[in-house]
Formats: sequence, C-alpha cells, structure tokens
Amino acid sequence: MLNVYNILETIRMIQDECLDIRTITMGISLLDCIDTDIDRACEKVYDKIVSKAGNLVAVGQKIEKEYGIPIVNKRISVTPIAMLAAVCPNDDPVKFAKALQRAADTCGVNFIGGYSALVHKGFSPGDEALIRSIPEALDITQNICSSVNIGSTKSGINMDAVKLMGQIVKETAERTADRDCIGAAKLVVFCNAVEDNPFMAGAFHGIGEPDCEIHVGVSGPGVVRSALSKYPDASINELADIIKKTAFKITRMGQLVGARASELLNVPFGIVDLSLAPTPAIGDSVAHILEEMGLEMCGTHGTTACLAMLNDAVKKGGVMASSTVGGLSGAFIPVSEDAGMIDAAVAGVLSLEKLEAMTAVCSVGLDMIVVPGEIAPETISAIIADEAAIGMVNTKTTAVRLIPAVGKKEGETLEFGGLLGSGPVMPVREKSAAKFINRGGRIPAPMHSLKN
Amino acid sequence: MRAVVTVIGKDNVGILHKVSGVCSDMGANVIEVTQSVLQDMFAMIMLVDITDMTEDFSQLADDMTKLGEKLGLSIHTMHEDIFNSMHNI
Repeated sequence: MLNVYNILETIRMIQDECLDIRTITMGISLLDCIDTDIDRACEKVYDKIVSKAGNLVAVGQKIEKEYGIPIVNKRISVTPIAMLAAVCPNDDPVKFAKALQRAADTCGVNFIGGYSALVHKGFSPGDEALIRSIPEALDITQNICSSVNIGSTKSGINMDAVKLMGQIVKETAERTADRDCIGAAKLVVFCNAVEDNPFMAGAFHGIGEPDCEIHVGVSGPGVVRSALSKYPDASINELADIIKKTAFKITRMGQLVGARASELLNVPFGIVDLSLAPTPAIGDSVAHILEEMGLEMCGTHGTTACLAMLNDAVKKGGVMASSTVGGLSGAFIPVSEDAGMIDAAVAGVLSLEKLEAMTAVCSVGLDMIVVPGEIAPETISAIIADEAAIGMVNTKTTAVRLIPAVGKKEGETLEFGGLLGSGPVMPVREKSAAKFINRGGRIPAPMHSLKN
Repeated sequence: MRAVVTVIGKDNVGILHKVSGVCSDMGANVIEVTQSVLQDMFAMIMLVDITDMTEDFSQLADDMTKLGEKLGLSIHTMHEDIFNSMHNI
C-alpha cells in the first residue's frame, strides 16, 4: 500500500540526501581463460568479459530510469589475475592489464578490479611476477584496480609480502607522480580479503564464486545523518534504532536493484554490500554522522565509540532487508573521499593513529590516506603490518590504501577530483621500523584460528 | 505494473492536464491522483498503470522530465516497486 509520506520520503532521500546505489558490480570468473600462451589468454579474457558485461552499463542505465535512483558506478570484478599469470610466469603480466583495460573501454565500465594476488601464506612465481608488475600496470592503464591479500586470521601475516608491498605502493605512487600519484589510489593491501566485494579498489572475483554474478553496493551516509538530525535529544540506543530503520530502507533498495539487474542480465544475484560509502559531496559524509551524534569534530575522543555503534546498527538494519548480505558491509572511512574527514584531517583532529583505532570497529581500514612523499617503504610496510594485525586478530577485513604524495610534505594537499576527492598530507612517525620489516618470514596465525 | 509520478513546484494552469496527457499518449492509465496546493506550491502524486503502455518505461520517464523542465516543475517517474520494497516488510 503506497502512502504519500513514504513516496515523498524516498524522493527526498534521493534528491536532497544523496541516496544512491554506489555500484553494481559484475563478478566474472576467468578460470576458463587460463592458457600457457599469454597472448591467447589475454584474448580469452577480453572476449569473456565483453560477452558477459557488454550490456552491463545499458542495463544499469535502464534500472536508473525505472526506479529513479542514480547508480553511480558500473563495475566488473574478475578472478585474481595472478592465477592466470601462474601458468605463464616468464611472460609479462602487464599484458593482462592491457587486455582488461581494452575490455573496460569496450564495456564502458568505470573500473575493473582483480589485478590481484592472494599471498597470505606465500608466493607462487605467478603471484610475485604480478605483484612486481603492479606499478607499471597501474601507470599505463586508467580503469584497472589492484589488490593484494597479505594476511588472514587462518594463516597469519606474510611479512615478506608486507615488505614487498611497501615498496610497490611507493613505486606505484612515484610512477604516477605527474597525475597526483593516482596509481596508489587504485591499489589496496588486504588482510582477510573477501571474495564478493563490489567496491573498488579492492574488488576481485573469488574462486569460490560462480562463473558470473551481480553484486550491489549501496550507500547513503547523508540519509542517516539527516534521520539523526531530527532527534537532537535522543539517547544513544534510540539513535541506534533510527540508524537500523534507515539502513533497512537503503538496503531494501539495493536488494531491489540487484534482483532487477540479475533478471535483466540473466546472471545470478550475488550479494548486497550494505555499506555507508561517503563521497566528497556535501551531505554525503560518514564523519558528519559521527558529528551529528554529538562529536564537535570527527577524530576527537569518542569517535571510535560512535563509529562502533554506527557500524553495528547499519549491519543490524541491513541484514533484515536482504537475505544475501556480503562483501565488506559496514561504514567506510576513506579520508580523501569524505568531506568531514578531510576537514578533520586538515584541522589536525583526525590522526593516523585515531583512524587505525577506528578501523578496528568498522568496515575495512586505513583508506585513501595521503602520506608524505618521502616516506620510507619500510614505514609503509609497518603501517600495513599494524593494520593487518588488527584484521587478523579481530577476524575481520582490514585494508591499507595509502597514497605517498611524491614531492609533497605535511600541510600540502593532493587533488584527485571526482569520487576520490582530495587529501591533506598526514604526518607519520619518523622513527624507523626497518629492522622489523626486513626480518621477513610470517607472523603465525592467532590462537583463535584453531577452531576445528 | 504501476508507476508513481510526483510533481512538485509552483502552481500553474493545466499541470494535471499536461501530465496526464503524456500518460495517455503512451497508453498509461491514470488510476489515482492525490494533489494539494499549499499557498502557491503545487504537489501531486499520480499512480499510473503501465502494464499496457505502448512505449518503454524509460521513454515515459524522459518525457516527464522534459515536461517538468518546460513547466519549471520537478517531475519524478518511478516504478512503484521502489516504494513498496523500501517501506513495507
């Protein structure tokens, strides 16, 4: 039964509060494209992606019209390319990146994710070749995203991979220094990476997934903030209830769009990622939700507690709205992509250490953080290790997406534009962790990994 | 299948006529209309049956948007499923 209040509420959410579907992401398995001849493999990759996702953008646009809701991104995630590189370890994996870029151009999608390797316990020759090719691959392509899983609760943290990724992140930023180091913004280092994540830059299509499926990532920080603003004197548990109700509505919309996309594309529906994903647009900030709860500025004392409550309430509301919740599901805190976070970082209220604490209670991790260009690779590795340790011990996904701002120091800003926003260079500790990082080896899995 | 057309803006002569005209041109049957005028602000919600429509749904949405631009009104055309799924369990 339709009622006027509900209709107007939905329209207000979309028009004034930036409610949107952040992404529909088609996951495509490339396992049937594996070939010892890398050129033949690349052709198969291109053909398969285009045959499955040729229609994705058109279908996305059709659904936008049908429901009157913007679908901001249309994306593709693929099997980690290291698995294809494994059978031709002596060839240059960058050829795969070029094939993916060609496929992205043909399909008209915003991004293809999956230039990835899973090395939480060790490297195969294909894994290492792919990781070492990441700086070049992200330099010569525009729409390809890369991720590397270096740890998990089950297997511990591969410290050799952590060391290597410190160098790779820095090199990627340096190779794209003329484009505001954009390469590093397309590279994520994970602990406990998920196989069905629709969000970039960390999306890849896990090997446990079907041949092809469609995922949806919802958004809506502005809607949550607006809902809370109507109850300035409510207690915290009342706020939690308001967030749950709002998250329910947002997720139901994601479920509807995903089911419709699945029907139109004739591929199975994968998951709804019930996330609060901010953008730099005014009114689309997760930090502003925390401030609405009563913080003078995001990053001050109390931020972790507010975020923990927000993240939990979003899940509780969302999980009722969809029977196929997955992906990362929670509140994202990418600094450069959130107007409130940017302000807090510029004001010096939001520090790297506070962000690290926040990642223990919310989705993902240290995301879109600009650090000084002269940062040592070992320092990047040490930040990755800290973050991976939080993920490993807390049995959750954590990630690091740092952007070393080549030629810039604390107080300056990197401007990416668009959804990636802009980020102030944040200070890091100057004391070295090089000796720890250079030891190599593996941090053993924690005690609670032994569940069987 | 039904769609919801919402029209919000400054009141003017013939809004209902013009909006329902777009519907009838495409074979979309108007089932229900709720409208109110508060001071000079016009707000209308129209429920339209689109089962036997002669054109694609996106054409209806496009034409409504164009009409809205012409009349200086905000017109949204959305499938009813979005409201049902968001607000009903």
